[in-house]
Amino acid sequence: MKKPNFWQSLLLENPLFIQYLGVCAVLGVTTSLDNALGMSVIVLLVLLCSNVLISLLRKLIPNEVRIPVFIVVIATFVSIAEMLVKAYAPILYDNMGSFISLVVVNCIILGRAEACASKSNIADSAKDALVQGLGYAIAQFSMSIIRSFFGNGGWSLSNPFTGNQIFELTILPESLRLGFFTKAMGGFLTFGILAAIFTGYKNRWDDARKEELRQERIKAALKLKAEREAAKAAKLAEEKAKEEAEAAKNAANTAEAAA
Amino acid sequence: MNYLSLFLNTVLIDNVILVHFFGFCPLLGVTNKKKSASGMGLAVIFVIVGSSAITWSLYRYILRPLHLEYLELVTFILVIASFVQFIEMFLKRFVPALYKSLGIFLPLITTNCAVLYATMQNISKGYGFTATMVNALGISVGFFFVVYVFATLRERLNNKKLYRSFQGNPIALIIAALMALAFSGLAGLV
Repeated sequence: MKKPNFWQSLLLENPLFIQYLGVCAVLGVTTSLDNALGMSVIVLLVLLCSNVLISLLRKLIPNEVRIPVFIVVIATFVSIAEMLVKAYAPILYDNMGSFISLVVVNCIILGRAEACASKSNIADSAKDALVQGLGYAIAQFSMSIIRSFFGNGGWSLSNPFTGNQIFELTILPESLRLGFFTKAMGGFLTFGILAAIFTGYKNRWDDARKEELRQERIKAALKLKAEREAAKAAKLAEEKAKEEAEAAKNAANTAEAAA
Repeated sequence: MNYLSLFLNTVLIDNVILVHFFGFCPLLGVTNKKKSASGMGLAVIFVIVGSSAITWSLYRYILRPLHLEYLELVTFILVIASFVQFIEMFLKRFVPALYKSLGIFLPLITTNCAVLYATMQNISKGYGFTATMVNALGISVGFFFVVYVFATLRERLNNKKLYRSFQGNPIALIIAALMALAFSGLAGLV
């Protein structure tokens, strides 16, 4: 059966639109590209660090208290990230507000710790963190591109460390902008529609795989049937040959008796 | 009166889910049935009020005098996780009926961002103890309210035929969008 390649798996196992993990933070920060970029980087780094550390410690952590231990590990990395952002990118810190601290309870990080890092070796955990983190980043950018376009009329991106604008593109005039896209309602609406698109893609993929599997089964069944028929034919031919041989023997016997 | 307006404000206008998006993950997960939604809501009220009281006192009487404010996040999440664990054990031992009805929702609350948000907001807004309790109650009642209404809407949708891509969570998100629109009409009430 065909396996999804790297890019397809980003879409098919997307942490946000397929697994619905880490929803709260995404809805809150995707009002602008700046925040989406900041959040993606923070989540990716925290996910990577916590996955690697938990994978290193997985044999030491007793099973009963694993969740509190995971949470403390994650909270430590999030605190470090929060302090770094506060020190080096104060503008980003002000814009994102409490969402940075709430990365602690982002279900993606705890979910990957539970599902992957606590069971696999370091290399696998790191790779898993990268795939999930990138999938999350893609989801955030697609959300913020749509919301920023309708809500702010275009896109702008600025350097998070200095606050200088890198580029700005305005397409929609003021009168055509829909302010609710940067509010809660626009967030839910954009998310719902994008989730439906991703689900549609996944459904198509699953259907194609199912069809492939069915075709394979049919092929296998046909092959089996052909084999059986061949075996039957061979058996028949053998029996016939035997009969002939017997007939020939009988003929020889009668000839001998006659003689 | 001041506390009443704070309460109404956190329940209706600054609603934790529909305005701040906190606590949305469990909303998608458990609101297929009214019964599980109310179980989740009750558990959240319990945990938010309890852990708010604990974290507020910890911050006021231990972290601040010792100048350990930077440990806020780690301490709070640890308090929440252990509080949830403690409640789970307590209920299992003494109130098994309630424990059974809450079931899986209790451990899930640790990762409910609404709880962490409530405890941190109490500190960052500089509330006193009474205001903290009112705020915590308001946030959790707002959560309960939205979860319950959401579940009743979703229960009806479960039996309807929908375009396949929209089935399940995508349509739930669009309902949430409409609910957020309805709630935004309440702005300016208090």
